Amino acid sequence: MSELSFADHLALWVGAALTFMIFSFLYKDNPFYKFAEHLFVGVSAAYWMVVGFWTTLIPNGIGKVFPEMVSIFLPNLSDTTPNYYFLIPIILGIMMLTRLFGSIGWISRWPMAIIIGFSAGTNLTRYLQSDFIHQVHSSSVPLVVLENGSFAWMATFSNVVLVFGVIAALLYFFFSLEHKGIIGGASKFGIWILMITFGAAFGYTVMARISLLLGRFEFLQKWLQSFLV
Amino acid sequence: MKFDTTFWMKLSQIDRRWIFLVIAITVALPMVLGIDFTAVPAPMVEKVFQTIQRLPAGSKVLISYDYGPSTVPENQPMADALVFHLLSKDCKVYMMAVWATGERQSQYTIDHIVKPSFPNKEYGVDYIDLGFKAGGTGLINMLFTSVKRMYTTDRTGNDIQSFPMMSDIETLKNFDMILSISSGAPGLKEWIQFAGDRGNIPVAGGVTAVQATELFPYYPRQMFGLMAGLQGAAEYESLVIHMYPKFFQHRSALRKMAPQTVAHLAIIAFVIIGNIAYFMTRKK
Repeated sequence: MSELSFADHLALWVGAALTFMIFSFLYKDNPFYKFAEHLFVGVSAAYWMVVGFWTTLIPNGIGKVFPEMVSIFLPNLSDTTPNYYFLIPIILGIMMLTRLFGSIGWISRWPMAIIIGFSAGTNLTRYLQSDFIHQVHSSSVPLVVLENGSFAWMATFSNVVLVFGVIAALLYFFFSLEHKGIIGGASKFGIWILMITFGAAFGYTVMARISLLLGRFEFLQKWLQSFLV
Repeated sequence: MKFDTTFWMKLSQIDRRWIFLVIAITVALPMVLGIDFTAVPAPMVEKVFQTIQRLPAGSKVLISYDYGPSTVPENQPMADALVFHLLSKDCKVYMMAVWATGERQSQYTIDHIVKPSFPNKEYGVDYIDLGFKAGGTGLINMLFTSVKRMYTTDRTGNDIQSFPMMSDIETLKNFDMILSISSGAPGLKEWIQFAGDRGNIPVAGGVTAVQATELFPYYPRQMFGLMAGLQGAAEYESLVIHMYPKFFQHRSALRKMAPQTVAHLAIIAFVIIGNIAYFMTRKK
């Protein structure tokens, strides 16, 4: 692996050392694991902050109001006409920072209220449309499916499971009637549907975790090859 | 019988570190031996491939990198295979990210897939990297008003107006398709809710296996296809390789299917043994 530069080698060694530090937790908790964990949290927080500053605050905030000020970093924006409406979000952003000062911390409630109001307003309509109306529509399927004039067994079975599975799972959470007789039987079927769903979710979670382990092992293989091959 | 119960008792109290060791060996061994498995595409994955396959040349496709390094083994193969497929079909590829960490991943695709495999494709004409903007669902909402007001520059800080492929892009509605590769929120689910359903734009993508069951209810009416976890990525890679054998050298998910399968078999064995041990010790 002679094509690797010194920086590449350094990155591989640091990455491998941190991977082993994290893996060491599988044996037992130790200071090396703690160090790697804290480093990860710190670096992640700093990364999001720096990227947010340079990709949003500078070009979409300060750059819109004072293009000349940011021209040293983004020369292409120097010809842009200032748009003073963007002072409003900048002021709201500054108001949010007052949380850091106890006595005037209450000022931050105003931008917070705007964020919550905006999010609630937009999310309510979107969730209602996508997760309720569209889902009701998607669950309303024919119980008998005919394809090219002949009975389609699999599609029919799939639709029957979908329709009765949704009804049974909903009945399980319906507490206005005692779960006895037909309602009791249906809600028991609902529990089975829920358990199968949780089982599928668990299976997928196992697959995801093994995939991540594979990623780390692949990295360690690359690291080993960098000095063994 | 007494011996049996003691054996199962001991087994049910086994130090979990032995299990970690067995999993490590089952994952490492097929990797060291270089065993290759194939993947048979599921209908949901096939649907993504076939829909892209039917796109006419010049179609504008937005691909959002909504993940970070922590889920690269699952998500990166999906993004790489999709971009390879789209550029092979001469589509215009617009990359962006609603996760700050997504920027580095789109750069990876450009460096490892676009530049070596499509040397004739020009940045700003055939593909562009718009980069990350904060806001999540607020950003998606804003893109319906104006893409260029949110993205005044591309990822490297160049004026967005200077790129020919941006000339006919005003809002999200100008895109023929939206693809999201995601590992959480905001991700594919939010693209369906805030872009696909609202603007009637075809949406699909790939998600981590953990997220998959959350997305299935949106198929097929609100989302035309889905790649679920590493398996989904491997299935898409096999479809792309079948159509474009040149992609074989870039396969990443397919390489991981052998260790994945062996590890799954080991876990299934553990579950069965654990249950037997539970019932045998309960008898006592």
